[in-house]
Amino acid sequence: MEYLKAFVVGGLICVVGQIILDTTKLTPAHILVIFVTAGVVLGGLGLYEPLVKFGGAGATVPLPGFGYSLAKGAMEGAKSKGIIGAFTGGLEATAGGVAAAIIFGYIMALVADPKTKN
Amino acid sequence: MAIKRIGTRTVKLENPPSILSTYTIVGPKEGEGPLREYFDEILEDDLWGQESWEKSESKIQEETIKSAIANAGLATKDIDYLLSGDLLNQIITSGYTARQISVPFFGLYGACSTMSQSLSLGSMLIDGGFADKVVCATSSHFSTAERQYRFPLEYGNQRSFSAQWTVTGAGATVLSSSGNGPYITYVTTGKIIDPGIKDVNNMGAAMAPAAMDTLINHFKDTGFSPSDYDLIITGDLGIVGKNIVLELMAKEGYDLKGIYTDCGVEIFNNIEQDTHSGGSGCGCAATVFNGYIYKEMLKGTLNRVLLMATGALHSPVITQQGESIPGIAHAVTIDVNKG
Amino acid sequence: MDNLNKKDYQKYAERKIPKPTYFKNIILAFIVGGLICVVGQIIRNTLFKYGLDEKAVAAGTSIILVFLGAFLTGIGVYDKIGKIGGAGAAVPITGFANSIVSPAMEFKREGFIFGVAAKMFSIAGPVLVYGVGSSIIVGILKLLLTKGR
Repeated sequence: MEYLKAFVVGGLICVVGQIILDTTKLTPAHILVIFVTAGVVLGGLGLYEPLVKFGGAGATVPLPGFGYSLAKGAMEGAKSKGIIGAFTGGLEATAGGVAAAIIFGYIMALVADPKTKN
Repeated sequence: MAIKRIGTRTVKLENPPSILSTYTIVGPKEGEGPLREYFDEILEDDLWGQESWEKSESKIQEETIKSAIANAGLATKDIDYLLSGDLLNQIITSGYTARQISVPFFGLYGACSTMSQSLSLGSMLIDGGFADKVVCATSSHFSTAERQYRFPLEYGNQRSFSAQWTVTGAGATVLSSSGNGPYITYVTTGKIIDPGIKDVNNMGAAMAPAAMDTLINHFKDTGFSPSDYDLIITGDLGIVGKNIVLELMAKEGYDLKGIYTDCGVEIFNNIEQDTHSGGSGCGCAATVFNGYIYKEMLKGTLNRVLLMATGALHSPVITQQGESIPGIAHAVTIDVNKG
Repeated sequence: MDNLNKKDYQKYAERKIPKPTYFKNIILAFIVGGLICVVGQIIRNTLFKYGLDEKAVAAGTSIILVFLGAFLTGIGVYDKIGKIGGAGAAVPITGFANSIVSPAMEFKREGFIFGVAAKMFSIAGPVLVYGVGSSIIVGILKLLLTKGR
């Protein structure tokens, strides 16, 4: 059941992205920015939390979940450490993913070469 | 007194330069397309033993030019001018190619219109008495164009149906003041026409009005009608652009059905090879002309052809600033007779 | 063509574009995106089994998914998943990894400083700028609103 919920919630979030891609001239880069910002805003308003409770990874794995984590981290930081926490909280909460992207990106660039499409 | 000009935009070449030889090299995907038998060389690997796509493209252009010169029974010292261009910033492919082929060199930028641009200027140099042997060449490479204009190769994006596929390949033509043809007989130079299209995934629509403008003026200047040609072929308008030209030219009173097609439509099996609207890039018109068209003219199946390579003269910088895509098309008449 | 009506032509050209296969694209985005999230859920549950707390599980899941996205990009598979799945491949965090790894690989030939490192965030950079930027605003707003009470 948990997996089904994750599948449906995650799938639906991606469908929203696909509809925007196909009906507008926006690029995937635009979609990513819109989704992460939407996640931050919804997270800040407390509207994303219920979706995470319901969908689990289906809500946290898509980029709005990344935005939600940023917002949640910033708000928790603000609560515990004040203004400094508002600055550090977001990145603290998401540091794992960002750091992983940097190091794995670099390693992949070292070991792999791009292949042409056909 | 410009005695060779006719009408407003056309030059009638008094002593039409003859094509002595051509050569084409294409990448593996083009080599699987419907025109494969017309290409002189098909690469198995589009990196061709080089360290980068850019170096590979330069090698492709260089080998194409050298082989075209050799096919004409000439040596590089016999060549008065090399006219070439490509899509990359500062036309580095052509510059680095010319570094290897030590002949007087004019680098051209006409985006994908470069093949007919170089043929236009090369013909005029010869007919003007400034040169006896001129090489006209151009190239493009899918992987160099993708990284300059679009996304990294390993980025997982979807391509829109109006998008086109940059041809990996180069074509070169050796023009001479003497020879047995086919000859370049007329040159109609395009103006920039910008219909205000901003969608870089819809180049065909952005360039189609430029092609129509050149074509209509060519007919007016020369007195030709579509039926005077065995083939009228644009460079890389793709399926979308080709349909626009057919429809709007009919409205202008020119029925092009059965005579007109587009190199980008012909070079790939667009459905099977998943190239969407068709091929594009300088190499598209260059390989189709120097491969398919030239060889069919030698066989005698085509006697008079109008080649009209089309270019979109934009860059990612200026389109990101919100500018639209200016189009251009240059036409050259290639005739097995001297006109 | 000098008298071409640009507005009319643009509308005409827009109609000439073949429409995307909406239904197929949506179904594929749903399936691919959904499956990636199921993988995420499996990783989450596994990490919980090892007794990690919520924060460590969240971070660990992201790290593993980013690794998978990076790895599949490196071996030349993720661009194919993206072609099929569209937003279903782009929107999950694995797509974020793909957007970082693909330019890093692509620009290796321009060197490790101005190539790999500088280009790495050419697509993902804006995500961090807007995500982190807006989260700071949210944090500050939270501070102001709770103080006001």
